[in-house]
Amino acid sequence: MSNLYNVSASPHVRSKDSTKTIMRDVVIALLPACLAGIWVFKMEALLVLLTTSVACLLTEYIYERLMKKKITTGDYSALVTGLLLGMNLPPSIPLWIAVLGSVFAILVVKQLFGGLGQNFMNPALGARCFLMISFTGRMTSFTLDGVSSATPLAVLKNAGSSASVMDTLTQNGTSLLNMFLGNIGGTIGETSALAILIGAAYLFIRRIISWEIPVCYIGVFSVFMLLFGGHGLDGMYLLAELCGGGLLLGAFFMATDYVTSPITKNGKIVFGICLGILTGIFRVYGGSAEGVSYAIIFCNLLVPLIEKVTMPKPFGYVKEKKTK
Amino acid sequence: MKGATFKGGTHPFEGKDLSKDLPVKKIVPTGEMVYPVSQHIGAPAQPIVKPGDHVLVGQTIAEAGGFVSTDICSSVSGTVKKIEKRLTVSGAMVDSIIIENDKEYTKIEGFGEKREYRSLSKEEIRECIKKAGIVGMGGAGFPTHVKLAPKDDNAIDYVLVNGAECEPYLTSDYRMMLECPEEIIGGLKVILSLFPNAKGYICIEDNKPEAIKVLEQQVLKEERISVKVLKTKYPQGAERTLIYAATGRMINSKMLPADAGCVVNNIDTVISVYKAVCQNIPLIRRIVTVTGEGANHPQNFEVPTGMSYKEVLEQAGGCNEKTVKIISGGPMMGMALYDIDVPVMKTSSALLCLTKDEVAEQEPTACIRCGRCVSVCPSKLVPQMMLSYAEKFDNEGFVKINGMECYECGSCTYVCPAKRRLTQSFKQTRRSVMDSRRKQ
Repeated sequence: MSNLYNVSASPHVRSKDSTKTIMRDVVIALLPACLAGIWVFKMEALLVLLTTSVACLLTEYIYERLMKKKITTGDYSALVTGLLLGMNLPPSIPLWIAVLGSVFAILVVKQLFGGLGQNFMNPALGARCFLMISFTGRMTSFTLDGVSSATPLAVLKNAGSSASVMDTLTQNGTSLLNMFLGNIGGTIGETSALAILIGAAYLFIRRIISWEIPVCYIGVFSVFMLLFGGHGLDGMYLLAELCGGGLLLGAFFMATDYVTSPITKNGKIVFGICLGILTGIFRVYGGSAEGVSYAIIFCNLLVPLIEKVTMPKPFGYVKEKKTK
Repeated sequence: MKGATFKGGTHPFEGKDLSKDLPVKKIVPTGEMVYPVSQHIGAPAQPIVKPGDHVLVGQTIAEAGGFVSTDICSSVSGTVKKIEKRLTVSGAMVDSIIIENDKEYTKIEGFGEKREYRSLSKEEIRECIKKAGIVGMGGAGFPTHVKLAPKDDNAIDYVLVNGAECEPYLTSDYRMMLECPEEIIGGLKVILSLFPNAKGYICIEDNKPEAIKVLEQQVLKEERISVKVLKTKYPQGAERTLIYAATGRMINSKMLPADAGCVVNNIDTVISVYKAVCQNIPLIRRIVTVTGEGANHPQNFEVPTGMSYKEVLEQAGGCNEKTVKIISGGPMMGMALYDIDVPVMKTSSALLCLTKDEVAEQEPTACIRCGRCVSVCPSKLVPQMMLSYAEKFDNEGFVKINGMECYECGSCTYVCPAKRRLTQSFKQTRRSVMDSRRKQ
């Protein structure tokens, strides 16, 4: 009995969840939307997704190898970035641009700022915006079934506020149902609202994300669009705005990115509200029909400020203030 | 049964099945007995015996060394061998009275004599409790007679008996609730007699339905006492969360439960009060759960204080060779022992043999800011930011974001997916802040 036992400060037990299991759950949750993208855009989409995934993993591996850091490709976080970036690209994107975006996401946005947990904006979205600015034409040309076509959101925006939503969509050979299922032009991951919702449900069930950001984001955005969208209280218009573009993908998968969203509960609510308003402003008054990516990376920059003003009052202090 | 609760908290693996159905067994020490003079919060007790003195069971061997301090009584009869520094659970060397057990267990006069608490004045009751050396047996070890003497007895609205036992693996309080509910009620009645306006609540987590049933049966005839069912969640048994769940009142680190009109006592403390006041038996024994995957025969024991953990474990059938870590207390807040030849004290509650050291197995990785630490913190703190201050040794920043409100429950560290050692860092920083405050 004289052998020495391990000693450490309490607690002595740990939950089973780890960074790896969380990231793996995110990958699983992204799969339905990826599969929908592959189903709609076929081979092209598959190639883009594979390219960004492999390129992100390789970039992370090579960088960490060169810098003699611990190799972290096994924690799935680079794979999440790769998949998200691929989902944010149009299927017709040249693969070398996809590779460039991946390198930018992992090297510049993530690793140069200190690696996992240190980046101040979402790597996939940072890369998307970088590519948007550098290759605007290629990033905004969308094809469906080999025919180049504008996204339903762009069509709606160009038609103006006086046109009926249903008519505009029908004239362009699509419908709300197509928008919901994903049979529309757009980036690979945001095409099918249904697939995104399935993935989001998985994230909620596994408790990877909480309600605050998505609910506040989508809620405030809806209110904004009904008030300022120019279509009045038109439910069809709202549904089209919700299903079209990157809103759902952004709200469930990118705005909720742990690293670049506030850590406090109230902070998450404020963050969601900011996102909703900004996305609305960009979509209604901006030059493009889209606005989710810019809204999210802009709000990413606000996170430290939001956290500062939403520091929770510790237990036992709230009441004290009331009685005073 | 939907229990009252608090916001935050977590659900660690319970592990109570190992020992929850095993009745409490008495255990008899054979070796020498060690009584550290610091078994409570506050000033150490002053020894009043010398080497060579003969002592009896229940005899006072050290007296309170200040206002916040308490007496210590011998649990065996025998001869005082020496007074020297000995290793204790916390790893510190503490002055201890060592008694050679004569194994006759001769009791001091009046030991076990029945007494009617109603015939005693409040002061006499408090003196009884002090003489019996009773301290908070939930772990903190705050002298009970001090706790039971708030500024204004009439301002106490609730006397809470803490039967939450939210620490995984521990079943000692549970067994006591099943085996001697009368003594719990008796002790609570003694305490209630001190506070004329107070209601008594026995607070039990809803994972102990049998205990709830037994005690509800017992309180049927009691006007001032009821059973409060709490949701099973860690750290439900922490003083602040317990008060909130049971009464809706909140206290912070700068307040005492009495400031919210509450007095909180652990199950075993209440039983000790009953024994001290009504039976004239001082606090000389402790219920200890020997458990964990490494224990050959998990069991609940009634252990005389001063007995070595080593002997307790030997009598319990030892632990298997897979045991890598032995903890005094529960896995969330207990102390790891590198040497188990340390005495059982008034605040001991369990000897836990773990076959897996989950802390050593998992290296901390980068924080991904998932926010789980924030959502589980019962004190509504932001552990993620506290850690970044603690790691920079920035005590000022740590205090500014309310780091001193932390009571080291370990919930944040339990849930952290990056396996970061939050509580461990907080402990260090909090000690360092307290030390520098003391110096000023």
